[in-house]
Amino acid sequence: MDGFPILSLMMAVPMAGAIACLFAGASGARWIALIATLVDLVLGIALWINFDQGGLQWQFQEYYPIFGRFAWALGIDGIALMLIALTVFLMPICIGASWEAIQKRVPEYMAAFLLMEVLMIGVFAAQDLYLFYIMFEAGLIPMYLVIGIWGGADRIYASYKFFLYTLLGSVLMLIAMMWMVHEAGTTEIPVLMTYNFDPHVQTWLWLAFFASFAVKMPMWPVHTWLPDAHVQAPTAGSVILAGVLLKMGGYGFIRFSLPMFPEASAQLAPLVWGLSMVAVVYTSLVALVQSDMKKLIAYSSVAHMAIVTVGLFAFNQAGIEGSMMVMLGHGLVSGALFLCVGVIYDRLHTREINRYGGLSINMPKYAVLFLLFTMASVGLPGTSNFVGEFLSLMGIYQASSWVALVATTGIILGAAYMLYLYRRICYGDQSNADAAAMPDLTAREIALLAPLAAATLWMGVYPESFLAPMRADVRALEARLAPAAPAGDSKMTMGAPKPAGEGHHEEAPAHGEAH
Amino acid sequence: MIDHASLLAVLPELILTAGGLALMLVAAFAGEGSARVVNWLSVLTLAVAGIALSCSLAHGPVAFDGLVRADAFSVFAKTLIYGAAAAAILLAPRFFSVDGAPRPEYPILILFAAIGMGMMVSAGDMLMLYVGLEMNSLASYVLASFMRQDTRSSEAGLKYFVLGSLASGILLYGISLLYGFTGSTAFDGIAVAMGDGVSKGELFGLVFVLAGLAFKISAVPFHMWTPDVYEGAPTPVTTFFASAPKVAAIGLTVRVAIEALGPAGLDWQQIVIFVALASILFGAVAAVGQTNIKRLMAYSSINNVGFALIGLAAGTPAGAAATMSYMAIYVIMTIGGFACILQLRDTDGNAIEKIADLAGLSQSRKGLAAGLAIFMFSMAGIPPLFGFWAKFLVFDAAVASGLTALAAFGIAMSVIGAFYYLKVIKTMYFDEPTVAYEAKGGPVENIILTACAVVIVLGYLLNPVLDQASAAAAASLF
Repeated sequence: MDGFPILSLMMAVPMAGAIACLFAGASGARWIALIATLVDLVLGIALWINFDQGGLQWQFQEYYPIFGRFAWALGIDGIALMLIALTVFLMPICIGASWEAIQKRVPEYMAAFLLMEVLMIGVFAAQDLYLFYIMFEAGLIPMYLVIGIWGGADRIYASYKFFLYTLLGSVLMLIAMMWMVHEAGTTEIPVLMTYNFDPHVQTWLWLAFFASFAVKMPMWPVHTWLPDAHVQAPTAGSVILAGVLLKMGGYGFIRFSLPMFPEASAQLAPLVWGLSMVAVVYTSLVALVQSDMKKLIAYSSVAHMAIVTVGLFAFNQAGIEGSMMVMLGHGLVSGALFLCVGVIYDRLHTREINRYGGLSINMPKYAVLFLLFTMASVGLPGTSNFVGEFLSLMGIYQASSWVALVATTGIILGAAYMLYLYRRICYGDQSNADAAAMPDLTAREIALLAPLAAATLWMGVYPESFLAPMRADVRALEARLAPAAPAGDSKMTMGAPKPAGEGHHEEAPAHGEAH
Repeated sequence: MIDHASLLAVLPELILTAGGLALMLVAAFAGEGSARVVNWLSVLTLAVAGIALSCSLAHGPVAFDGLVRADAFSVFAKTLIYGAAAAAILLAPRFFSVDGAPRPEYPILILFAAIGMGMMVSAGDMLMLYVGLEMNSLASYVLASFMRQDTRSSEAGLKYFVLGSLASGILLYGISLLYGFTGSTAFDGIAVAMGDGVSKGELFGLVFVLAGLAFKISAVPFHMWTPDVYEGAPTPVTTFFASAPKVAAIGLTVRVAIEALGPAGLDWQQIVIFVALASILFGAVAAVGQTNIKRLMAYSSINNVGFALIGLAAGTPAGAAATMSYMAIYVIMTIGGFACILQLRDTDGNAIEKIADLAGLSQSRKGLAAGLAIFMFSMAGIPPLFGFWAKFLVFDAAVASGLTALAAFGIAMSVIGAFYYLKVIKTMYFDEPTVAYEAKGGPVENIILTACAVVIVLGYLLNPVLDQASAAAAASLF
């Protein structure tokens, strides 16, 4: 595939689809959108197959300097590959989820989603700083329209909040980017990733980028746009928001904040840790008392994203790989959970948890799949999130055992709110007659949830498929961070292997040394 | 003794003058029935003048002993001015045919205004500047009150005239001070005199000149006339006011600041920074409460002028280039936006100006709503639309010259501005329809709208051309 512009093609297909949708009728637009996203899925698989693991860091590079000051420069490493794979995997599911739920202004809806796919792939594939920014910001337009036109009752407030919050976060990043480009004399991201900025300036640059990524992520206390946006957005909008758009924040940390400003990252890591610790505990507790299903899952997303930031700012391979796995796993699982909510919302048109109950009796298939995703969200071993959360926490333990301690409570609290949610919806008496009369999953809904279930299990049972493409890139990042990384407080050392035949009492001193 | 070669440098103005006078005779003898023909001939005159721009460079940059500059800067600005003037003429007939008979004086007045604007951007002397400015203003006052039977229009014309005269007085007073303390009205003469330090008298002159110019570009705190005039004037005239004279006045300000007041750079820089930030902030905050789309566009133009001035505040060639690029993109957005607004008519043909009445436009007039949404997102500076690039360029110039805090502050305030542009989009896309719109718009409007929208969406492909042209324009000033 040398020289074949597959990344541009992956962006061109949904773009063409989006334009075609605008000129089609409702059912035509649905099929165009489905076909375009499926073609992109096939291209994404081809991309993964042709990705040379352990080869060059940047692959499938394209460079066309057609914009004057910046270029159409694309290229991916393993990290971007995984996130692009997640995007193209979720998009057909989103289109499928909107097949019947969206009845008004279908062509525009499908066009907005396809445009979003273009921009998401663009964000992950961009190799030019300004191109990245344009893709990153442009995503606001389709999402604003999706929330505002097809959202729930309070959609207008939510759409404004989403737009202005994320815009305000991002504009400062642009100023920092301009400064960097003038300083380094290039807009190429790979070059900037190895450029050593003055550590004093790094702090300012880091903060400017942080303002953007923290909002996008979202981190406490700038997470408040997320529950509103999620609750009001249509199901597919929530899926793509939780599944991919939030990952742009994490991707930003991996691609920009950490490698470009290693000293500032180390210096400000306690800030990130502190915000993440608050987020884990606080948003989990908030999730526990929600009566709205979507809001509950939205708050759980904030808690999960805090585990991601904790892992990223562990400055070691385990932490960063774990963060990536949490992002991928959360992309699948939270997407699936929003779909599960969408399934019953389509039947009863309410998100109130109390209006349901005992669904395992009349919707057994649904109950099984919902249980699987609930368990995955909790982080049960064998599911995707376990791998990521375990690695992240292991990574942060090396950097700060206190942070690890607090962040781990997130797993327990996560189990509490998710199992409590599941109990109220699927178990208990069928106290609501209309909820008890709901039919089980249709073939279409099973077709949407089954691939997600399969991927969740695959990621949990054999995470190597997902870790392998990223490994070299994460190692490179770890090496870049190594000189600046803060010294850990756990001071772990490798235990000396015990000579055979000796008793347990020998273990005690070795254990003491490790602390 | 007229230097014949100098005449070549003002060839575009000569063509416009001859064309304008000839068309006036046509209009006088043929009466109102000739409006259509005069319209098209005026556009043709502007096109010929535009072609003549390329000849004007042949003479060299200085003509008439320094009174006139014919350089890349004036060519860049005049291209925009003639283009915007032509668009304002093309957009008018349908409007006037509904709201009163179309009259041939309209395009002729715009031609005369274009002559004045051409003189403004190519002035090399304070008096030349003043004559050009007044020539443009005089035509503009008449244009603002063009619909005599409409009290709002007459009021707009009167307000514009009274406040405009005041500003001209301030400007002239500033010019007299500069002349008194530097002994010259020529830009290079003033610059030479200021080269040995800026005296107190020169400083006063500088402040008055900039205040007068700030009025013409409707920058805060000299913006008060803008919303009333924009609202009251007939919409095609508003289109014109928001585009061509803005370019001329900004171009003039850039030239005066750099060519004449260049040695006092540090003095005017702080004034420009204040005016820029105040305009951005006020334009954004005051627009939030507006209910009339034309008033909203007035505040939007105040806001945009603030952004454009950030490039000038940088004081570098890159900054001047960014300001001119900003104006180029701004003109396209504005004309496109007004091409949409001009088509907002209910089934009886009455013009709709209330923002609330735009509700549900995306369902009754998909293309029109999409167009207006593109221009609104673009003015809000959201990528990938071209309006983002305009803001990018000025902020980039500010960052490059070390004004990082100014850039950060300005860009943060652009988020406030985004709010009111979003409000228009929200009304069109999220609300349910309340007013029935006429089924389709005029062909000319649609062509202009589509052309502007295409540029705004695919504008980045023009970047190399725009960069080169604006850099050449800026280089001719330094």
